[in-house]
Amino acid sequence: MKCDLCSKPAVVHEVTISGGAKKEVHLCLEHAQAAGIAIPGQQPINKVLSKFVIGKKEGMGEGHRRCGGCGCTFGQIKQANLIGCPECYRAFEEPLAQLIDQSQFGNTEHVGRIPRKMHTPSHNEIRARKLMRELDAAVTAEQYERAAELRDRLNELTTNVEHEDESTEGNAGP
Amino acid sequence: MTDEARLPDPRLDADDRDVVLSSRVRLARNLSGQPFLNRASETQCANIVRTTQHVLLNASISEKIIWIDLDEINAHDRSLLVERHLISRNLAESTLHRGVAISGDEQLSVMVNEEDHLRIQVLRPGSNIDSAFQQVRSTDIQLEQQLDFAFSDRWGYLAVCPTNVGTGIRFSIMVHLPGLRITNELGKVRRAAKELHLAVRGYYGEGSESSGNIFQISNQVTLGSTEEDLRDIFTERIVPALLDYERSARQVLLKRNPTLLDDRVHRALNILRSARLLKVEEAMKLLSRVRLGVCLERLHVPLPQLDDLFIQIQPAHLRQHVNCALNAEEELEIRASLVREVLKDAD
Repeated sequence: MKCDLCSKPAVVHEVTISGGAKKEVHLCLEHAQAAGIAIPGQQPINKVLSKFVIGKKEGMGEGHRRCGGCGCTFGQIKQANLIGCPECYRAFEEPLAQLIDQSQFGNTEHVGRIPRKMHTPSHNEIRARKLMRELDAAVTAEQYERAAELRDRLNELTTNVEHEDESTEGNAGP
Repeated sequence: MTDEARLPDPRLDADDRDVVLSSRVRLARNLSGQPFLNRASETQCANIVRTTQHVLLNASISEKIIWIDLDEINAHDRSLLVERHLISRNLAESTLHRGVAISGDEQLSVMVNEEDHLRIQVLRPGSNIDSAFQQVRSTDIQLEQQLDFAFSDRWGYLAVCPTNVGTGIRFSIMVHLPGLRITNELGKVRRAAKELHLAVRGYYGEGSESSGNIFQISNQVTLGSTEEDLRDIFTERIVPALLDYERSARQVLLKRNPTLLDDRVHRALNILRSARLLKVEEAMKLLSRVRLGVCLERLHVPLPQLDDLFIQIQPAHLRQHVNCALNAEEELEIRASLVREVLKDAD
């Protein structure tokens, strides 16, 4: 069979049935690519497979929902392993948690530095909660040295922020 | 040879220079309310450059700071910055609007529009993670007074790639591991590194091959620990263990067959001192053997001079050295001539 648009052999055959009407399209490789029709054999297998896995795991809804900030879908994020914008972290919080968990070898929460502008009581509370959890785990595991260290950090939490800034602010230049 | 070269190198043991060429600490930061670069328009990329350039030049992050608009300079100048490890290959080859702020001493550089909006890095010679960390932290504090970085309670500093989320911090050391290479122990190092969630990369970082037995070792985990804890694990456990391993391998070579070792290092030195054409790979390989000989005190060449030679023989630096474009053969010739000149007094 020849291509609908030229005399070359057709390699893509698309049949669409809409409202009872059947529409057939037959295109050669070049015209199929120009029309944006994917040729399965031309795509690397990993791309085909990752699309398949996304479709299966997240379903159509999650894979196609768009971030309000940048318009990307979780499917696009997962495929490229690149996030689109800060808003994506809120828009896709749960599916991203899985991705982050894998990338960070099971670590799931930030316990490091907080930007100075965000040094509010609520953030100290978050930190204290995290430290409490770690302290409980250390005691359960009978890691008493670690537990003592965590207890000290918990006690110092309120003064730590100011101390940290004082000790580093004077070191701007070499 | 000069008297200076005959004296034992006082810097041989300082900062573990026998194994560690340099230390680097870097932070990944992104501006809140802005799309990441993979979703940003040309105008948005240009705006990020404009905003951050202004802040970087006015935030007093260093006594002297130079801004380089990477769109404006040519490929040769960008290569010079890559060879000095001041920018990544990624940034040099990118087609986005991008730039870099570099301190006068070339130890601090802030890349704009690399993978993240900002990559703040401090490089120090030898094993100096602690002081690099101090400077990167103080730079971060100063920049955040004028820039709002994307941050979440759950995941900390938000990054383009999930591998950088949280602290956004990467500690790395550039190490010379000829002992482990010759004793065929590098495979074990790679396996141990994988178990400890460390990345082992080549001379130019991500995606590059090892050259001259030089490797970059860095942490992969950036979430779930404080920056200080990550640093302590790196400097108190990882680095000392690696150094011990390499030094033991060197001692094994020395004890097992000192003549073979001497043959290896002196043969390398003499090829370097007589070659008239040198490819960069061959030069790196031979310099690696000479460096091993220097560190085991079988040869005398000032180590800082030798380490600088690793940079000076790179293509863009050679071109800079003669201040004109070089064809392929001229490049080999100039490299050989430079190496002969630097090593003429070695013994």
